[in-house]
Amino acid sequence: MKISVYRYNPDTDTKPRMQDYEVKTFQGMMLRDALLEVKKQDESFSFRHSCGEGVCGSDGVNVNGRNVLACITPITELKEPIQVRPFPGRPVIRDLVVDMTQFYEQYRAVQPYLVRKDPLPEQEILQSPEDRDKLDGLYECILCGCCSTACPSFWWNPEKFHGPAALLQSWRFLADSRDQATEERLDALDGPYKLFRCHSIMNCVEVCPKGLNPTRAIGKIKDLMLDKGV
Amino acid sequence: MGIPTRHFDALIIGAGGAGLNAALQLAGADLRVAVVSKVFPTRSHTVAAQGGVNAALANMMPDSWHWHMFDTVKGSDYLGDQDAIEFMCREAIPTVYELEHAGVPFSRLDNGKIYQRPFGGQSQNFGGDQAARTCAAADRTGHAILHTLYQQNIRARTHFFDEFFAIDLVRDAEGVICGALVLEIETGEPLLIESKATLLATGGWGQVFRTTSNAHINTGDGAAMALRAGIPLMDMEFFQFHPTGIAGKGMLITEGTRGEGGYLINKDGERFMERYAPRAKDLASRDVVSRAIVTEVKEGRGCGENGDYVMLKLDHLGEAVISKRLPGIRESSQIFAGCDPVIEPIPVFPTAHYAMGGIPTDRFGRVAMPAGHGSEEVVVGLYAAGECACASVHGANRLGGNSLLDILVFGRLAGKDIIEYVRENPYQRAVDSASLDQAMGRLGRWEQKGDGPTVQQLRADFRKCMEDHAGVFRTEEIMTEGYNKLCELRDRLPEVRLTDHSKVFNTARIEALELENMMDVGMSIAVSALHRKESRGAHSRPDYPERDDQTWLKHSLYYQDGDRMDYKPVRTKPLTVESFPPKERVY
Repeated sequence: MKISVYRYNPDTDTKPRMQDYEVKTFQGMMLRDALLEVKKQDESFSFRHSCGEGVCGSDGVNVNGRNVLACITPITELKEPIQVRPFPGRPVIRDLVVDMTQFYEQYRAVQPYLVRKDPLPEQEILQSPEDRDKLDGLYECILCGCCSTACPSFWWNPEKFHGPAALLQSWRFLADSRDQATEERLDALDGPYKLFRCHSIMNCVEVCPKGLNPTRAIGKIKDLMLDKGV
Repeated sequence: MGIPTRHFDALIIGAGGAGLNAALQLAGADLRVAVVSKVFPTRSHTVAAQGGVNAALANMMPDSWHWHMFDTVKGSDYLGDQDAIEFMCREAIPTVYELEHAGVPFSRLDNGKIYQRPFGGQSQNFGGDQAARTCAAADRTGHAILHTLYQQNIRARTHFFDEFFAIDLVRDAEGVICGALVLEIETGEPLLIESKATLLATGGWGQVFRTTSNAHINTGDGAAMALRAGIPLMDMEFFQFHPTGIAGKGMLITEGTRGEGGYLINKDGERFMERYAPRAKDLASRDVVSRAIVTEVKEGRGCGENGDYVMLKLDHLGEAVISKRLPGIRESSQIFAGCDPVIEPIPVFPTAHYAMGGIPTDRFGRVAMPAGHGSEEVVVGLYAAGECACASVHGANRLGGNSLLDILVFGRLAGKDIIEYVRENPYQRAVDSASLDQAMGRLGRWEQKGDGPTVQQLRADFRKCMEDHAGVFRTEEIMTEGYNKLCELRDRLPEVRLTDHSKVFNTARIEALELENMMDVGMSIAVSALHRKESRGAHSRPDYPERDDQTWLKHSLYYQDGDRMDYKPVRTKPLTVESFPPKERVY
C-alpha cells in the first residue's frame, strides 16, 4: 500500500513536501501502524502518538482531508491514495507535529475545573444518577483537538473563539450539579467571539473520534444564557 | 556552562496521577513547583486506567479499610510491606472523597453515592464473600481522574514544562540530588532545572515487553535515572501480566468486565476458572487468572485457528449493563477485535501490564536505600511515587483498583513531605559540573555519526527477548538464555547510531534515549527474576513451584553496577493492627 505523508523539518527544509512510502498491510492495521511503519523506514519522520487505543489523544492527524485519531482509524476505511497531513490551521512544528498552544490556552480559558463554594462534606457530594448522566457525552473528551482544528471559526479566530473542545468542557462544568459557578462561567463567555463565533457548521461533530457533540453543548450554553437573561 | 537554567522549590518529573496529585499539594502550599512531562499531561498513561480505584467506602455493602488491607496483603503474596499497606488502605477513603470534591465524575447509585464494583481479590470479613470496593467512573476512571487532576492544577497555576524529556538527575559536590537535566523536545535544546527536592513520578515500563497494555511512553525513564544514580530497584521480578488483553494486540479489557459478571471460557465453552479458583472463579487475583489462561492454551484448550487465546463472555450481561458500565470496552472490542461483546465473546490473552517493583521508598515517598548492616537511609531530596516507585504496597502481585489508589495516596503524601523538606532545607544546592557533564554526555552520545544498528532493530530484538524469557512462566533455562541474550544486546547498544541528528522535535533521538532506559530496566527484571528461586505472586517458576517463606520472604534489590543483587526484609508489622502472617493463598 502506498501512503503519502506531509514532511517538513525546519532544520533542513525550506518548504514542506509530500513524500510517498510503501508499507505492508496486515489485518486490523490502523493508520498509526502505517505511520509507525513509515517511521521504521525513515526515522527522520516525526509524529505524536502514545496509548494506541484512542484514550490519550496524542495522534490526531488529517487524512484525506478529515481529522482523525490515527490509532483507531482502520486503513481499510481509507481510500487510496492515502494522504496524511498535520491538523489544518495550526502552525507546523515538524512533519505531522503541530503547535497546539492556542488550543490548550482556549481550554484553560474556560476555567475547566469544578468550583464549589459551599463547605465540603465529609463524604462525597451527593449526585443523583440522572444528574450524573448529564455529564455523559461531555467528560469523555480526550483533548485530541480533532474538532477545534476542523472548525472554520477556530481557524479564523483561534485567539478569540474558544472553539468546540473548550466549549464542550465549559458545558461539562455548567451541566455538573455539583458546580457552583454558573453565573461567573456565563459572564465570562459573554461577547461576540468566545462562544458566539460558533455558527453551527458542525464539523466538530462530524470528526469527533469519541462521538461527542460539541455543537449541541454550545447550543445548551446559549439556551442557558437566554434562560438566565445574561 | 552555557546551559539555560531554571530554579524551583520542587521538580516533579512525570504528569500522571502521582505527579499531578503531588503538584497540587505543593502549589496549594505556595511553593514554586515545576512539572516536567515528555507528553502533554492528559496524555500520561493514567488516562488509560479503566476499572476504578479501591476504597472501603461501603457504599454497596459493609466494608472496612482493614478488610481492604487483608486483601492487599494476601494479594501481594505476603511480600507487601504491611505498614505501607495499612496506611494506603486507611488513606483510600479520604483520598477518594477528595477526588470527588475535585470534580471526578464518578458513576452514582440511586442514593447519590459513588458506585462501586466488585474486582478481583476483594473480600468481606478477611477472606469471606466478594466485596465491591472499586469506585468507578464507568470504565474510564483513569481518564476521569487524570483530567480532573490536570484541571485542578490549572486552577492552582502549577508551572508545566510540557514535552520536555528528562535526561538524568544531577547532583551537587556532596552527591546530593538537586535537580535534573531535561531536553525541550520541540527545540532540541537542553535545560537545567535546579530544585531543592525532586520527585520521580514517571510511571511504568510495560514497553519492555512486546505485547503490552502500556502506552508507547511507558519506558521506565525514572527507574533508569535512579539506577544510573546508583539507586537500586526493588522487586523488579514482579511484573503483572493482566489476564485480559485483546489477543495478539495487548489492549486492555478491564477486570471490571468480570466484576460486572463476565467470565472466561475455553474452546469447549467451559468456564475454566472454576477449576483453578473454585470460590472466587473469574475474580481470583490477576496472577492466578493469567496462569490459568496460559495453562489452558498450553494444554490445547485455547480458542481460534491456532488455539492461542481464550474468550471473555459478556453477552449474558445484556446491552443495557454493557453500555452503561462498560462503554469504553465495547468500543475498544469493536475497533480492535472486530467484535461486539453484546453479541459475541472477546478473544483475550494475558498482556504485560504493571510493574509491582520500582524505586524503593518509605511510606512518605522518600527514596530509601540500604546503608550497610541492615539499616536504611533516605536519599536526601529525592522522592518517588506511583508505578515507578515501590513503597511496597503491591508486593508480588497487585490487586486491580490498587494502582490508581497507590498513585493518588503516595503522590499526595510525597507532595506533603516535600513541603516539610523544603521548609527545613530552604537553600538550593549548587549543581556539580561533573554531574552535569555526565548528563550532557548522555545526550552527546547520540550525536555520533556512522554505520551501526538502528534503534528500531535493537528495540524490537530487546522487546522480543523480554517477552520470550521473562513472561508468565519462568524456568532457570529460559531465564539464563534470556539474560545472556540481554547481555549481548546491551553490548550492541553502544554501536547503535542515529541517522537523524536534527534538533526540532526529533522523536528518533527521544526513542534512542528511551531505549537506553528500557534496556537498563529490562536487565533489572531479568537479573532479579533469575535469582529468585521460588514461585510467588506474578513470579512463577515451574522449576520452583512453591512459595518459600523461609528463604524468600524478602525484597530484592538490583544494582546496576555489576548486575548485583541484595535483599532486605519485608516489613510485616503494620502501623496499628495485628500483622497478617503468611498463609497459603487460595481463591
